[in-house]
Amino acid sequence: MLMSETATAGLSFFSLAPLVLFFPLLGLLLNLIWGGRFSEKVIGGIASGAVGATFLVAVLQMVALLSHPEGTVIPLVDWITIGALNIHWGIQIDTLSVTMMLVVSGVGCLIHIYAIAYMHDDVRINGDPSRYRRFFVFFNLFILAMMTLVSADNYLMLFVGWEGVGLCSYLLIGFWYDKGKDGIGNALAGNKAFITNRVGDFGFLLAAFTLFGLFRSFNFNEVFAKVEEISVLMPAGILMITLFMLIGVTGKSAQLPLYVWLPDAMAGPTPVSALIHAATMVTAGVYLIARSHPLYAVVPQAQSLVAWVGTLTAVFAATIAVAQFDIKKVLAYSTISQLGFMVAAVGMGAYVAGMFHLVTHAFFKALLFLSSGSVIQGVERGLHEVEHHHKGKQAAAHHLDPQDMRNMGGLRQRMPITFWVYLIGALALAGIVPLAGFWSKDEILLKASYKDARLYTLLSIAAFFTAFYMARQIILVFFGKPRSDAAAHATESPKLMTVPLIALAVLSVFGGALNLPGIHAFGHWLEHTIHHLAAVKEGVELPEFSLQVAAVSTLIAFLAIALGWWVYQQWGERLQKANAAYIDPLQVAFKPVFNVLNQKYWVDELYWALFVNPYKAFSKWLAEQVDWRFWHDWFHDTIIAGGFKRLTLFLAQPIDLGIIDGIANGLAALTQAGAAYLRRFQSGYVRNYALAVFLGVVAMMSYLIFVLR
Amino acid sequence: MVPIYYYIALSAILFTLGSLGVLIRRNAIIIFMSVELMLNAANLAFVAFARMHGGLSGQIFVFFVMAVAAAEVAVGLALIVKIFETKHSIDIDQMNMMKG
Repeated sequence: MLMSETATAGLSFFSLAPLVLFFPLLGLLLNLIWGGRFSEKVIGGIASGAVGATFLVAVLQMVALLSHPEGTVIPLVDWITIGALNIHWGIQIDTLSVTMMLVVSGVGCLIHIYAIAYMHDDVRINGDPSRYRRFFVFFNLFILAMMTLVSADNYLMLFVGWEGVGLCSYLLIGFWYDKGKDGIGNALAGNKAFITNRVGDFGFLLAAFTLFGLFRSFNFNEVFAKVEEISVLMPAGILMITLFMLIGVTGKSAQLPLYVWLPDAMAGPTPVSALIHAATMVTAGVYLIARSHPLYAVVPQAQSLVAWVGTLTAVFAATIAVAQFDIKKVLAYSTISQLGFMVAAVGMGAYVAGMFHLVTHAFFKALLFLSSGSVIQGVERGLHEVEHHHKGKQAAAHHLDPQDMRNMGGLRQRMPITFWVYLIGALALAGIVPLAGFWSKDEILLKASYKDARLYTLLSIAAFFTAFYMARQIILVFFGKPRSDAAAHATESPKLMTVPLIALAVLSVFGGALNLPGIHAFGHWLEHTIHHLAAVKEGVELPEFSLQVAAVSTLIAFLAIALGWWVYQQWGERLQKANAAYIDPLQVAFKPVFNVLNQKYWVDELYWALFVNPYKAFSKWLAEQVDWRFWHDWFHDTIIAGGFKRLTLFLAQPIDLGIIDGIANGLAALTQAGAAYLRRFQSGYVRNYALAVFLGVVAMMSYLIFVLR
Repeated sequence: MVPIYYYIALSAILFTLGSLGVLIRRNAIIIFMSVELMLNAANLAFVAFARMHGGLSGQIFVFFVMAVAAAEVAVGLALIVKIFETKHSIDIDQMNMMKG
């Protein structure tokens, strides 16, 4: 009896699923249409409430899934119907998509609440409070697009969300489009993100087209049902699909070689970095691979390529993060590195581990970004105070970059809450027992240790660097003495910001409980989606806990933190006493290496030299030579315009003037000449006329008499 | 009985004289007179032939011709009077206003 009741309740919850799209849409429309009349609190409240309601709907879906783990598809509308091609707009509800919905709306809601307070200050610091509403409209639009992405039941609808989040990313990176380097720095960062993602989207589209060519469908369930059949017929086709899809993933999830846009994306306001460029959008690629796991399962080559791309990205980005001074850039490279972990995990077939790390990473990276936003605004407030009280220092203070960690230090006492939550986030990221990051990273490392010793080694190195740069960041920002007046006068952020931080900190601490070894709640949960599909032959093997791997990774983390402590706390302090300006200890010890890392391996410059500049030169050549000289000057002006001119000249001169006018004028001249001749007979003398009549009569008579007779 | 040739010859001479008068003379009155001469030459020919054939139609034609000639003279003389009033001359060569 009770069973059937919950069963029907569950099914009715499923029918609520479209609300995950309608709530953000409603919030964005309310703010878009009437936002101008609302106060900032109301705007933020509407936006956060919309996302909160979305979260509740997602929770209801989860409740429903507990009794109906097989999930369902809620058809919404027929979208495209062309001949045999029939694409529905449907909401896929299964444990995988609902996991993403929960993360996106849950973390998204906390970030929205944080943004109410953060943007209040941010719009005033940047001097345009009217953009407050726009921010929340974009933010809700992002949630809408992200929900479309994760709730899609086919690749085309997923692509709509995929592009939608890309658009929101672009809009929000360039939110202060008139700021940044030379006044266009932020706009350029937005362009870079958009264009780089375009390269990835091109791969995604190729994958989708190939997929349709092979399977005659975009629908997940239909495609996955046919995978085995097609993989026998056309294994190369599936390999192509998966590799093209990987290009899309490298674009969206910022993997090698398309990761370059993510560090620049930090130009957006900090909640944007937290929501879009750390917690949700960039994980779309991981979700895509997890969603397409039946495809990847039949092509091990593609899987290992994915694993290698992820692993190399993890190491590569982690090393760069060590030598960055911008607080957000460090976190950006850290995000790239952690995304590498996830991609490596799904590449190794450890979908549960990858998704688990996605969830915990969403918690602690959102926490870290939001805390860094709190730090930045704390320093901004300090800066403001310094300017206010010491007019003389105004000029010097203006050059101070509130995001540069060299200008911070000693914020532990000034911003205690931010410090503690930051510390929790950093320890979770570094993988310290028993915080969330430890469990998820450990699962990935465990899987790697089974799969390939090289991957395991590289990922462990990445984990070492992760712990090291987080130790460096904590010490540079919060320990030691303030290195600028602004840092010395920094103040703690308001409650509206610290409460979401604390909530995220709690999640970062206990997030690991989702999938504790031995219980594997999260694994069993995802199993319903990832395991029951026939295409996955071995399925997702649940990683058991290995004390050895866990011990090694914990040791690595502690070692890295201790090293970081020694380098930056002990050695750094001594260096600072000796020098006026801040010098990184590594800058002294390994100057060339540090420079290479600080300059990010010159990858941006390399891309400029390899792609951007040749492309610009090529477009310039096309514009000047092909378009202007050939097409405009030669083809249009000479051939078309010149030819037409010559034709009209020909028609005008010989044809019109010569022939047409000749006929008319000739007739006139002939008439004139005839008239001139005939007028001589009109003498005016009646006798002449009479004579003519007489002669005429004579002639007629002669004719009658002599001829006709 | 006078043979028909005499009448015809006289008629031809009269007609020739009349037409020469119309073509050569300048005085409008003289031209009118010449026209009458030509009409009467025709009348003579009519009468002569009528008599030769013993029919009456020729005789009746002559009556018509004389009636028409009378009407013509009336109109013509009225015109000449009017022309003389305006131009103080009845020289036909002076009347060339319709010249093209």
